[in-house]
Amino acid sequence: MKQVANKDAVLRILSDEKWINEADVALQTNESDGYALEEALRTVEAKGEGEVVVCTLGPQSAKSVIKDALARGAHRAIHIVVEDSKTLSSYQIASTIADAIREEKPDLVFAGLQSDDASYGQTGVILAELLGIPSATIVIEVDRESLGDTLRVKRELESGWYQWFTYRLPALLTIQSGISQIRYASLKGIMSAKSKPVAEITPTVEPFPSAPQIDKVYMPLKTKQTQMLGNGDAKAGAVELVEKLRSEVRVI
Amino acid sequence: MSILVFIEHRDCNLNKTSLEAITAAQSIGKDLGLGVTAVIPCDKDCGLAQEIATYAVDRVIVAKNDKLGTYTPDAYADAWEQVIKSTNPQYIVMAHTYQVRDFAPKVAARFRREVVGDCIRYQNDGGKLVLTRRIFLGKLDADVSLQGDAPYFVTFQSGAFRGDNAEKGSAAVETMEVTVGDVRMTPEAPFQEAKASVDLTKSEIIVAIGRGIKSQENIAVAQQLADALGADLAASRPICDSDWLPIDRQIGSSGQTVAPKVYIALGISGAIQHIVGMKNSGTIIAVNKDAEAPIFDIADYGIVGDLFEVVPVMVEEIKKAQG
Repeated sequence: MKQVANKDAVLRILSDEKWINEADVALQTNESDGYALEEALRTVEAKGEGEVVVCTLGPQSAKSVIKDALARGAHRAIHIVVEDSKTLSSYQIASTIADAIREEKPDLVFAGLQSDDASYGQTGVILAELLGIPSATIVIEVDRESLGDTLRVKRELESGWYQWFTYRLPALLTIQSGISQIRYASLKGIMSAKSKPVAEITPTVEPFPSAPQIDKVYMPLKTKQTQMLGNGDAKAGAVELVEKLRSEVRVI
Repeated sequence: MSILVFIEHRDCNLNKTSLEAITAAQSIGKDLGLGVTAVIPCDKDCGLAQEIATYAVDRVIVAKNDKLGTYTPDAYADAWEQVIKSTNPQYIVMAHTYQVRDFAPKVAARFRREVVGDCIRYQNDGGKLVLTRRIFLGKLDADVSLQGDAPYFVTFQSGAFRGDNAEKGSAAVETMEVTVGDVRMTPEAPFQEAKASVDLTKSEIIVAIGRGIKSQENIAVAQQLADALGADLAASRPICDSDWLPIDRQIGSSGQTVAPKVYIALGISGAIQHIVGMKNSGTIIAVNKDAEAPIFDIADYGIVGDLFEVVPVMVEEIKKAQG
């Protein structure tokens, strides 16, 4: 699970133009990672045995992601502490996580399908490859009744198409947002989270010469000249808009 | 040295975004002085090979193995690994489709590389590419330069290049027998969830709602606007995920792609996944409380404000105008 800037946060670009200033932004758990946790919890519940270990790579502030996951029902956590984690590339993150969890020998690894900040959508797939296990991306349903030495999962294709695959375990699944109702943390869950074990790992991150480098971050170049209507007055804007629809767009 | 471009297909039926990938590869090839080779994984002498050979590429390679009939990430990764090892390309260019997202990072990882994915354009910086990607859900752009040695893996967002701009020519078709190892997943046949009962691709006017509508009851507000304009109602993904509207109303990469005369986005922030499904609409109108919502970047007309204030006034004004 990854900690990212809040969806609705106003982003300010750092003066070196390489990233945003995360110091003044509210942080939250990456959206699809929350659904990945929910699928992991439901899978262990359906099986009636096993544990969910939440793993995050990030600075100390990412502890809030762990606390939240433990409160929702994860059994224990691994925090790979990297203070400047935003400078790491997908491969570096994946290989650092792989080293940290390899000995856990998980039967299933659940990940979000992509982060809401860098959005490469590849950390999970690279992680699976480095762990030597198969991966399925953009999973929108897990057939828990099929769980045994294999697991049947439904992948989303494009344009309203879907496909079921049966995976040999262990396997890694990247989970699409919105596929279930995420549970709230109960008061009991919040209380018990405090006593759940959190292992801290301080890794040595290997240099990665092929890491793409961000030269510059900027506001998207506008491809269109947008006419803003109403000048802050929503109702006046609505009146102007209908006039445009009548006289210029000609649909009324 | 060359550029490999991936041709995606299902049962030898072309995924049209592959033509966009050909256009991108041809353009990069011209800028960097590299030839383009198209690669088609298939279990037979692919029926698509001759069609792809009518484009201006140096050659078409059909990477052939019995296990490449229906897509699996393991079989595709094995095939690609061998094609790359035997052709030693500088670049591998693909369209950023769901299938590519499934296997391309796996292939890249085998070469100790990663994918610079979902790019919207590139610049040639003295023989090396600088790629532009949308980050933070479309709120910002990042220029990203490639580092280290080839091969470089690059994918482009749907619509970043035009498929009908792919240059025609003629190419030789070669078959490359590839070996595929253990395939750890078994695919079933792809299917469509429910036959789309609403074909929004034929709509003249679409009123689309997003998270800003807040509750299912509030959809009636948008419906009134749609009724007044004779428009069809559509939605972004969160609305359909919540079952507030059926999935056949969803616009975007996992729903329908539309290009109506007028598209009115109410309370839709404009995440990339939504924008790819509607950006070619004639006139785009955005109503959103957040002045920095990315939807305004592609809008022709925008109102910063509460849709619950804007929409009732619009309905009233439309009725007045219609007499």
